[in-house]
Amino acid sequence: MLNISKEVNGKSCVYYLEGRLDTTTAPQLEGDIKESITDINSLVMDLAKLEYISSAGLRVLLSAQKTMNKQGSMVVRNVRDEVNEIFDVTGFADILTIE
Amino acid sequence: MKEIEVEAKVEKLEEVLSFVDELLSVYDCPMKTQIQIDVAVEEIFVNIAHYAYGEDTGMAVVSAEVSGDPRCLSITFSDSGVPYDPLKKEDPDITLNAEERQIGGLGIYMVKQSMDAVDYKYENGKNIFTIKKFLN
Repeated sequence: MLNISKEVNGKSCVYYLEGRLDTTTAPQLEGDIKESITDINSLVMDLAKLEYISSAGLRVLLSAQKTMNKQGSMVVRNVRDEVNEIFDVTGFADILTIE
Repeated sequence: MKEIEVEAKVEKLEEVLSFVDELLSVYDCPMKTQIQIDVAVEEIFVNIAHYAYGEDTGMAVVSAEVSGDPRCLSITFSDSGVPYDPLKKEDPDITLNAEERQIGGLGIYMVKQSMDAVDYKYENGKNIFTIKKFLN
């Protein structure tokens, strides 16, 4: 189960993810991001309520990061310890800009 | 030893996770460990669902038990699909930047990093993949 909410303000977009970003829910987020960030130059992923992430979720974040590298910047913030641990193990801690 | 048999389909992931989480619920398992176990179960089961039977469908059996002191969870996944040893997959280079990173192999790499033991064998026409994790 993943709840996705977002705030768009001009060219900035903040995503708030709540629940689990896994094989089942990742396609939902991937589709939403693809549609939403075409004209965005600042993307923020707020993970304060994200409890769980698997490789399917990492793939979506990597893809968003690659897109934003071309058109602006992406920041990941409020990461929980359990999710941060997964970023560390997979080297994503170095790929993402985590605040 | 408890066991569940499901169709090897991604749609069955939740059922498999519930089975494992229910087994764990009576133990005082730290959240970090619980999440590592869930991730491992997801990565292995989804791998089976995607690749074991190609375009066909087939069954997967997941059996699990907690034993010993200190307590150790052992989960075995078996399927009758094409022989495939995920442990042979080369580890991804996790030092590459975003542009160069490939996502393939990341799931099984996470399993290897977070579990205390992983084992694969092909026996009697079955892929048998076992993971072990100490609970505390």
